[in-house]
Amino acid sequence: MTTTTVAAANRRRYPARYIVLVVLLVLLLLVIAPLLVVALNAVKSPADYAGNGPLSIPESLHWSGIVDFWQRVDFSRKLLNSFITSFTVAVLAVLLSVLNAYALGIGRVRGRVWFLVFFLVANLLPQEVLVYPLYYLSKSLHLYDSLFSIIIIFTVIQSAFGTYLLSSVYAEFPTELLDAAAVDGAGRFRTLWRVVVPVSKPTLAVLFTFFFIWTWNEFFLPLVFLVSNANQTVPVALGVLQGDRQMDATTTSASALIGILPAMLFFLIFQRTLTRGITAGAIK
Amino acid sequence: MSRPRPGARHAGYGVYLIPGVLASLAVIVVPLVMTVGISFTRWSGIGSPEWVGVENYTRLFHDERFWASFGHILLLILAMAVVPTLLGLLLAAVLFDYIAKIFGPRWASVFRSGFYLPQVVPVAVTGIVWGWILHPSYGALNRILDTVGLASLSRNWLGDPKYALYSVMGVMIWFQLGYPVVMFMSGLQRIDPELYEAADLDGAGWWQRFRHITVYLIRPEFYVVLVTTTIAALKIFGQIFVLTRGGPSNATLVPSYFAYQNFFQKAQVGYGSAISTVLTVLIVVLAFVFLRMQNRDQRKGA
Repeated sequence: MTTTTVAAANRRRYPARYIVLVVLLVLLLLVIAPLLVVALNAVKSPADYAGNGPLSIPESLHWSGIVDFWQRVDFSRKLLNSFITSFTVAVLAVLLSVLNAYALGIGRVRGRVWFLVFFLVANLLPQEVLVYPLYYLSKSLHLYDSLFSIIIIFTVIQSAFGTYLLSSVYAEFPTELLDAAAVDGAGRFRTLWRVVVPVSKPTLAVLFTFFFIWTWNEFFLPLVFLVSNANQTVPVALGVLQGDRQMDATTTSASALIGILPAMLFFLIFQRTLTRGITAGAIK
Repeated sequence: MSRPRPGARHAGYGVYLIPGVLASLAVIVVPLVMTVGISFTRWSGIGSPEWVGVENYTRLFHDERFWASFGHILLLILAMAVVPTLLGLLLAAVLFDYIAKIFGPRWASVFRSGFYLPQVVPVAVTGIVWGWILHPSYGALNRILDTVGLASLSRNWLGDPKYALYSVMGVMIWFQLGYPVVMFMSGLQRIDPELYEAADLDGAGWWQRFRHITVYLIRPEFYVVLVTTTIAALKIFGQIFVLTRGGPSNATLVPSYFAYQNFFQKAQVGYGSAISTVLTVLIVVLAFVFLRMQNRDQRKGA
């Protein structure tokens, strides 16, 4: 059958197809409408919003809502804080996951099942059950209110997931490659660095992406730990401003828009890795 | 499973576990043990804790707010786990087995990305978006209702105890829907197209194929989605903090926010620790029950 006849046959078989398509389009519109409305009103002047409401096209592009808000909260600083934290956590957590998984998945050290159960449970823990001791300990170590504490904590939390996932990947690591490395006289560390890491690079890239985005989006622990203005990350800086008296409709949309844009950017950059990863992470 | 390897091979890997074990001890094990310990004390966070035995737990079981917060979680599980999973399953099947076939796979993937979009935005920012849309005086929703002449429907969505939790539930369905859609669509790619063709030849309609092939074969993803979304519902904090702070008059109070209040606002660290310990036990037990169910189901299916 040629494609045209298949299409024709399909058309005959599915008379309701445009109804289904329209229903889906309406649903899609409902899902993205809130984000569109935010974008629309972020570039509106307060007077324009008051006069014409949330759905009108802006009379003119009014950037000053965004610019004013950006300067008021020193948004560049928050972006930098978020970036430093997320990037460092992603690198360190991948590293820690690799070391753990090398011992558990390839080395099969004694008691590995119990270590894996531990990392699984660590994954499930709500952060509330860790927060107060962490808060107390970091205060006594003078690490409170610094990005450093958040980086350490999230490196460990993210690597619990990474270890769990990567151990099952490394358990299936081709033995021939390890044997070949051993024949070449490579030691444990050399084998890890020269064979295991390069071969598992795609999985490590997925982990890196996850850790970066997850850390970027984290709210609870950064809210507790990063109290001073200069140390806040993007979600904390935006989250604590809610209910602030200076926040009117257009300023709020402006703040939401500059919170959404970096996330969109990462989504576009990482999209391929992500769609592959969401499924890789799920079916262990 | 992997083949047995010579014993000599296994020696010397232990050192690679040392950094991970030390870090986990400091950040996870010690704090966890401390929280459980503190839950048996009265402590304001300053000075030394005073041992009170199970007093915090007995108080907890008589505290209305505690029961209310778990009641709210049940509704949030409906909104964050049950509804998105079922709706997501239907959407994924329609996209995979209908839209992709008739209009082409590109349409299906555009829909998938669109539904997934809310998941990409930071939780706190989704709170800001909806906090503004649902705001009683300057919010977009009430303004829109006014404009189309449905002003009688406008409400103080987040400020009225009667509607606040339902509004939050609506927001959570919006937020969660994309995750099951993406998961189920990727699960569907495992299914042999010949199965569908065979069902077609047998005269099975779309709904029958959905029920007997799609739902049956997608079970592994179904469990994963259900367990991760349920746990996410139990842990919910960010949206509640930004949207309602547990209010109005505790109408949207959830366990994690209840614990946060006790830790950092009321300086009742012992009580807060008891709340988070109960929440943790609940989550871990639930996860293991799910895992058991999944294993049993797989053995039966195999």
